[in-house]
Parts: sequence; structure tokens; C-alpha cells
Amino acid sequence: MATPCVFCGAAAFYRLFLGGRVSLTRRQGVWKAAAAELQTDTGFQILRLRHTTGVTTKKNVAALRRETYTVDFIKKQIEEFNIGKRHLANMMGEDPETFTQEDIDRAIAYLFPSGLFEKQARPVMKHPEQIFPKQRAIQWGEDGRPFHFLFYTGKQSYYSLMHEAYGKLLEAEKRQSQLQAKGLFSEKTETKDLIGSRWLIKEELEEMLVEKLSDQDYAQFIRLLERLLTLHCGAEEEFVQRFRRSVTIQSKKHLIEPVQYDEQGMAFSTSEGKRKSAKAEAVVYEHGSGRIKVNGIDYLLYFPVTQDREQLMFPFHFLDRLGKHDTTCMVSGGGRSSQAGAIRLAVARALCSFVTEEEVEWMRQAGLLTADP
Amino acid sequence: MLNRVTRLVPRARQLDPGRFLHGGPQGPQGLAVHLDDRVPDETPRAGSRPSEDDPAGAGEQREDRHYRIPLQDLPTVFAHGLPRRFGLQTGTAVLAGVSWSLGCTLDPVAQPRRRTGAGRAAAPSGRRVCSAPLAPARPASRVCQVKTFHEACLLVRRPALELLRHLDGTNFAHPAVRYVLYGEKGTGKTLSLCHVIHFCAKRDWLVVHVPDAHLWVKSCRGLLRSAYNRQRFDQPVEASSWLKSFKTANERFLSQIKIQETYMWNKRESTEKGRPLGEVVEQGLTRVKNATDAVGIVLKELKSQSCSGAFRLLVAVDGVNALWGKTTLKREDKSLMAPEELALVHSLRKMVRNDWHGGAVVLALSQTGSLFTPRMAYLPQELLGKEGFDALDPFVPVLVSNYSPEEFERCIQYYLENSWLQHEKAHTEEGKKELLFLSDANPGQLERLCAYL
Repeated sequence: MATPCVFCGAAAFYRLFLGGRVSLTRRQGVWKAAAAELQTDTGFQILRLRHTTGVTTKKNVAALRRETYTVDFIKKQIEEFNIGKRHLANMMGEDPETFTQEDIDRAIAYLFPSGLFEKQARPVMKHPEQIFPKQRAIQWGEDGRPFHFLFYTGKQSYYSLMHEAYGKLLEAEKRQSQLQAKGLFSEKTETKDLIGSRWLIKEELEEMLVEKLSDQDYAQFIRLLERLLTLHCGAEEEFVQRFRRSVTIQSKKHLIEPVQYDEQGMAFSTSEGKRKSAKAEAVVYEHGSGRIKVNGIDYLLYFPVTQDREQLMFPFHFLDRLGKHDTTCMVSGGGRSSQAGAIRLAVARALCSFVTEEEVEWMRQAGLLTADP
Repeated sequence: MLNRVTRLVPRARQLDPGRFLHGGPQGPQGLAVHLDDRVPDETPRAGSRPSEDDPAGAGEQREDRHYRIPLQDLPTVFAHGLPRRFGLQTGTAVLAGVSWSLGCTLDPVAQPRRRTGAGRAAAPSGRRVCSAPLAPARPASRVCQVKTFHEACLLVRRPALELLRHLDGTNFAHPAVRYVLYGEKGTGKTLSLCHVIHFCAKRDWLVVHVPDAHLWVKSCRGLLRSAYNRQRFDQPVEASSWLKSFKTANERFLSQIKIQETYMWNKRESTEKGRPLGEVVEQGLTRVKNATDAVGIVLKELKSQSCSGAFRLLVAVDGVNALWGKTTLKREDKSLMAPEELALVHSLRKMVRNDWHGGAVVLALSQTGSLFTPRMAYLPQELLGKEGFDALDPFVPVLVSNYSPEEFERCIQYYLENSWLQHEKAHTEEGKKELLFLSDANPGQLERLCAYL
């Protein structure tokens, strides 16, 4: 029993270290010597870290060459990861079949608590695909001839993608001109799919193609895709959708306070706001004449400075509801400007209960609902 | 001519039987004002502006109107100067012998207004123009307003109207009634006081006006031990400046009133009994050392002689809580003085007592210039303290509050008519709501918001 434990312990330990160190290895070539040793070793030996003491001033040319992980190596890593996952599940007393990545993270955080501030420096156990950078397979055969016809452009995936996209564009134009010739062309606007999604950013595209791109390349590609979109052809939509990511609508995350009713039947809404070290709680009544009381004092007396009163006015003025609501606020902490800001946030949040969702979204975009630390 | 007739007609419709009308440029007509006495002005105004020389504006219709005071009156009635902000707004036409701060509405300047009034029927603006040269009694902001608009306009408001009505009905055989204007900061106490002063000046009362009693208890240079009473201190600078304004304001009375005692200034100089009061004032002005005593004498004489009925006396003091507060003046041994050790304060305290008759006392409290009082304090009890409250008790309190919606609207209309508010939203409802919110209908705040930079 001891041996499997040692094995699993060592295996887990080994995986961890590999995971933690490989991400660093990618960045610095200093670890190369140790990494090379790791790759050839089996998992049973206790690792000994070989540091190169101090920072070498000479550029280690050999070390700067990028690490190449062979396909077999990656496969082996994946097998070891899966086995290690099962062992970890056994250790934690859980079912190995249904052990997900979140469970792994929790287990590692439990077994290896770390107080390091840099999250990426903490022990991590993830699937090798997430740890090892994506690398291209060998691009040429045994005779040295490259497989892809665009290999000698240097950016074969990018150019082949551009070719593909342009080919689709030409087809779409041909189809459109055919339709126009027949007179069956109809103006269909399908711009709705653009809302709620965004184009890939350059980094994401690079990751997809496993190739470095320049800004101009990226811009060219996006322009081509947008041109494709203007042609409104259904066939190309899936192609284009591959390059769009959805954007979550932020306002849906907002919690809108429910409207409450007091003894007289007056509707009101309460909420809180903070700014710097000031905290405020505001009660906004639905019907009123625009009076505001802060800590029991009229707001003109509490905020003699016009700037603070302008801050209070902002939510009401934005929604065009000046003079329609009565407000009572309690505020503490901070200075006069922070208190004004805290009350403004509280009032804006309270007003969310009385306005439409669209107006809530406008308020959010205006910055009324964002807490200012 | 036709213009003037048509303009007079709308005004006539608004007149109530109880209204007094003054002929403005013809000078005050004394208390013998007849009902329905209509005297056409030399500068007929648009229907939006009521008769300039009718400070009373009797009747509810006159409320929320702007009342314009002819600028010629500004130097004399308000010899101490308008409040600085008000005066700059009304315009500085310097008349001979008038302090700079007063705006004078010269008739030619007022001409253009005539045309605007033709269409207006029955909505005269409640703007008041204080053309009477007021001493720096006016708040500083108001002085600005006089300079800018070349006219002094005050809004006729309820507290002032109330006071005027009371003053109209005073029984001069009874001891002088004391009215105390109080309210939050910036609500218009000082300007209501000015309104009352102008009203009384037009009625030919003798006005004893102290623009700001706080100036007498702080930052005074040149304190001297009083020769009359070794316990008290003289303030030659303040006393002489006050005497100068007093003289400008009440020129005509100084020769009429005769003193009833002989006063020895020093071994060589004295003023005999029966000499006009003007000589005492002159003595105070020429011999600055005796200025404080001259002030004391003037006040004493006025008080004793008002009972005789030769004239009506109005004592108007702004910032009266200074008389019973603390001072920041130091004695020779660097200890703080009490207000009663100042001769000026002492004589003024005697003046505001109600042991005389033949006039009235109108006082205004002010926290703004006061020393060692909390910012939020505005009630008489808080500002006067126990001692002051007991000294002034009994008095008629008059609360001056923020603008009502109509008054606010009126004020904005005044600015718009003068093309002062240039923002494109100023004409719209939303713009007005913004202003209302930001100023919270406080007259002082609104004025600051709309002032020039």
C-alpha cells in the first residue's frame, strides 16, 4: 500500500510541479536545463530543482529557442493527468468518474494552501492542453517538402483563412448578381445578429491559428469579414459566426430593488451607496415634490456647495424626474464630496425600481450605477 | 401719449382702493397719501413693472411683483450703500455725491423697457427696484445686480408686505413696536429690511439705519478709551462713516431738529441748546475723536424728540444679534471685550428699547457675519441668546422663508426679460426645474447661481 501512495503522491507532486513550472519555463529559458531533465525522467524520482544561481548576464542563446513538445510527450502528459485525477479523487473520497476540474481546483487548494499573492504562482493542476502552449505539428514531410502550399509565406494559416474568406465573398457576390439579374434580389437586413456579440480580438485569433499576426493582418481580416456580412448571404453566416464571441449584457446582472409600501400606501424604494469611505442609504418615495432631507437636514443646508447639489441632481435630471420624488437619506463617513457621491449612487439604485429596463441600461452606461471606490 | 394711456389702464384695473401711489420723481408726498391717487410716472413702465415709487404695493396683487426703486433715490435713501452683490447688478450710474455701489436707473436707460410692457396686461412682475441709494445695507450680491441691470429691482414678498402694512397702521402714541426679521441664510431678510427702509423714506420718516451691526464688533482699528465714560471704548472710524451716511440720508431733518441740551465736547468746543442737529453731526465728522459721542447724542436726541411728533422715526438695524453676541476686539491687556463695553453698541442698545414712541423699530438677524454662532442657527432664541432675547422681548417676529413657486417663477422671468440667462435651456421647463433644484428656492442661492462669474 505504501508504494501506490508514494507513487500517487509523487505523481501528484510531479504533475503539480510540472504544471507550475512549465508556465514559467515558457517565459524564461533559464529553466530549460531542468525541464529537459524532467522530460526524460520517469515520474518516480524525486525532483531536484537545479537553479542557475543569480541572473545570467550573458544571453543563453540555446535557451531562448522555444520549447517544442512532441505529440507523444503531450499524449503521455494527458494520460498521466487523467491517472492523477483519479488518484486525487480517491484521496478526497470522491467518485473518480464525476471528478470535474472545479473539484480538482478545490482539492488542490485544500491540500496545498498557498498564501502567494500572484494567483498564477500557486499550485495548479490542469489539463495539459491548458498548460502547454499549442504548438504546430511538423509542417514538412521527410523529404523536407512542406505540406501546405502557403508554407513559404510564413503565415500559412492566416493566408489560407484569408483565401477561404475571399473565396466565399466572391461566391456570395456571384450569387447576388445572379439574383439581381433574375430580379429576385430582396433587401434583407439581418443586422440583429451583430448585437450582443463582438469580433474576436487579435489575441484570440492568434490562439486559434497558432500563429503570430500583426495588427494590420488582423484589421484586414476583420474588414474582409465585415464586407462579407454586408452581402447578407445565409450560407456564409456560420463561417462568420465562428469569429464572433458573445458579449454578456451587463445590466441583466443588476439587482433591482423591489418597491415597498409604507403605512399610508406610499410607494418607496430603499437602497445603499458607497463612495470612498462614505456610506449612504436612501429612501426614495415615488410621489413627491423634490424635497431631499439628508440626516434630517435640508439638502441646501447640508451641502452648501453647489457642486455637491449638482451630484444629487444628476440621477433625477438624467431620468427627467426632477421635482417628482421625495428623498430621505442617511449618510456617514467620508468628506462632503464623497457623501454626495454616495448619496448619488444610492438614489440612482433606488430609482431603478421606478423606471423601465431601458432607462436602467442608460443609467448604467452613464455610470450612475457603478460604485466608485 | 396713447402708449402711456393704454399702459396706465391695465394698471388701473389692478388698483385696489387701499393702494397708495406715489409720484415718484416728484418726491415723497408724506403720509397724506390719498386713496386712488394716481400720479403718472415720468417713466411709465411696462405693465410688468409696477409703479416705481410705490413701495407699499398694497394688496395681494402686488405680491410677487418686482418693484423698482428709482435710481435717483438710491444715493439718498440707501446712503450706506446697497449690499454688494445687489448693487453691481443694478448698475453703477454715479450720481453726484452718491456712493459708487448704488445703481441708478437713469430715465433714458429705463426707456427701452416701456416697449416691452405694452402687451402685458395684468401680470406686473413683482420686481422691485431699489433705486434709493441704500447704504451697504444691501447684501453684497444685490449690489452686483443693480450694476448689471441698471435698475434696482426687489421682489415684493409677503414678509415685507406684512411689515409695511403693520407700519402703515402704527399707532404713534404707543411705544415703538419692534419687528424682528429672521430666517435661514439667504432668504431675503436684509432686502426686506431695505424695502421697508425705502418705504419709510418715501413716507418721509427719519430713518436711522445701521447696515450691519457685526461690523461694529469685529476688526475695528483705532479703539480709544471713551472720554465720556472711562469704562467704554470709542470707535472713531465706524462712527464717522456712519455719521456721513446718516447725514446724506437725512439731510433735510438735520436742520429741522434742534437739540435740547448743551453738549461740551472739550474745554473749547461745545454745542449749545437749540442748535440744529446738523451741527452735532458736523462736529462728529470733523473731530473724529468725538464721532462716537456724536452718534450717541444724535440717537439720544432723536429718541427723545420723536415722541413730540415732529417726525416719524424708523430704527433699522441689520445683524442685530451682534449687539448681544461676542466681539473679537481686545482690550489693552489682550482680553476679549464684551459688546457693552463699546459705546456704539451701548447707544444702539438703548435705541432699540421700546421706551419711546412715535416710530417703529425693524431689526434683522443675521448669522452670516456673526461671531461664534453655529452655521445652522437662525431662530431668534439661538442667535440673540438669552440676554438679547430678553432685551428685545416683546417683539413681532417676521419669518422670511425661501421663495414660493410663484416668486421663483417671477425671479426667473425677471432674468429672462433682461436677457440675463443666456443658456438655451433657461427658457424651458426643465431648465427652470434644474435651477429650482440647485437653489432649493433659496433667493441667495438662486442669485449666486445666476450671477456672473
